[in-house]
Amino acid sequence: MKSLYRGSLVRLASVQPDLLAKSLLKWDRDSEAQRLGDFMPVQLQSEKKIKEYLEKREENNTSYRFSILTLAGDVFIGFTSLWVNDWNLGEAWLGIFIGERDYWGKGYGTDAMRLIVQYGFMELNLRRISLGLHAFNERALKSYLKVGFRVEGRERGVFLRDGVRYDDLVMGLLREEWLEIQNETNTGNASKP
Amino acid sequence: MFGIQTQLFEAQDVRFGPIDHETHPEIESRWTHDEEFTRLMELKPVRPLSPAMVKKQYETIEKDMDEQKNLFYFTILARDEDRLIGKALIEWVDWSSGNGFIRIGIGEPEFRSKGYGSQALGLLLRYAFGELNLYRVTAVMPAYNEGALRLFQKFGFVEEVRRRKAMHRDGEFWDIVSFGLLNAEWRKSDWAQG
Repeated sequence: MKSLYRGSLVRLASVQPDLLAKSLLKWDRDSEAQRLGDFMPVQLQSEKKIKEYLEKREENNTSYRFSILTLAGDVFIGFTSLWVNDWNLGEAWLGIFIGERDYWGKGYGTDAMRLIVQYGFMELNLRRISLGLHAFNERALKSYLKVGFRVEGRERGVFLRDGVRYDDLVMGLLREEWLEIQNETNTGNASKP
Repeated sequence: MFGIQTQLFEAQDVRFGPIDHETHPEIESRWTHDEEFTRLMELKPVRPLSPAMVKKQYETIEKDMDEQKNLFYFTILARDEDRLIGKALIEWVDWSSGNGFIRIGIGEPEFRSKGYGSQALGLLLRYAFGELNLYRVTAVMPAYNEGALRLFQKFGFVEEVRRRKAMHRDGEFWDIVSFGLLNAEWRKSDWAQG
C-alpha cells in the first residue's frame, strides 16, 4: 500500500489549533491569498477566535483537516480539508490553502492535492470529490486538472469583488476516474526500465 | 411593471404566509411520510418526522431568520381557504455578491402539477429580485426531478453546473443539476411584467 500521508514534496499531518491559528494570523494579512481561496468576505480574526473555531471543527466527523508540511525542512505551508455534507451521497468537498507564497506554483499544492484525494477515496471510501474555485484562479485550475478533476460547470457572475463580477467553477472527480489514473500511472512506471 | 402597490405575497391562486406553529406541524409531518415528495425536496437522507420534530424545525428556521439574516422562509397557502399546500425559501444568501439559493415544494399531492408551484415561484423570484435586490439566484436539484427542471427552465433559468453521479438513490446514480437566473434576465422576461 502507498503511504497515505507522504507525497513527493509534502506530507499531511495533524492540525494543531494553536500552531495553525498562529500561522493563519500571519497568512490572513495577505488579502490576495485569502480572496483566492474564500467565497465569503475575507476578514481578520483574533488568534483566540481562530483557535476556538478550529477546536470545535476537530470534534466532528464531517470535516477532515490536515496540515501541509514540506518534506524538506518540515515547513508548515498550508492546510487542506475534506467536508462530507451527506454521508449517504459519498461525496466530499475539498479545500486547500497554501499560505506561504514561496511555495506557490512549484508543485507543493498539487502534491498535497494528490494526498488528500487519495485519503478521500482510499480511507473515507468516497464516490466522488467536488470543489469550487473562482474562475480567475488559474494556478488552482491548472493544479486541479493535473490531479484529474474535470470542470462540471460555471456559476455566472456569482462573485463580486472591487466592483468586478467573476464566475465560479465547480469541478468533480469520480472514484472510477481516479482509479483509472492510478492504473495508468502505475503501468507507466512499470514499463520504464 | 411591478411597483410598490403590487402585492408581494399574493398571486392568483396562492399566497405566501408565515409559519403557523399551531396547525402547520401536523400537516408538514404528513408530508414527510410521503417519500416521493421528500426525495424530490431533499438531498439529505429522508425520514418521517413527528409533528413535534417539525415544530422544532420551525423554531430553528425562525431563529436562523432572526440571527443569521440569510434565510427567508414562506409557507405557500391556497388562497381559497388559506390552506397550507407547500413551502418556498431563499437560503444561504451571500449579501456581498448578491446570490441566494432557492427551494420550493408543493407538499399537498392534489395541488401538484396544476400551476400552484409556478405561481409560488413567481412570487419567490419577485421577492428575491425586487425586495432583496439579489444579483442572481441558484436552484439545485437531482436530475430525476423532471417537474422542477421543467419549471425552472420555464422561468428562464440556465443550467450552469452538473455534478456527475452525485446523487445515489435506489442503487442508481443521478447528476445533481444547478440552475442560475440573473436579476437582469428575470427583469427582461414576461414573468417580471406584473
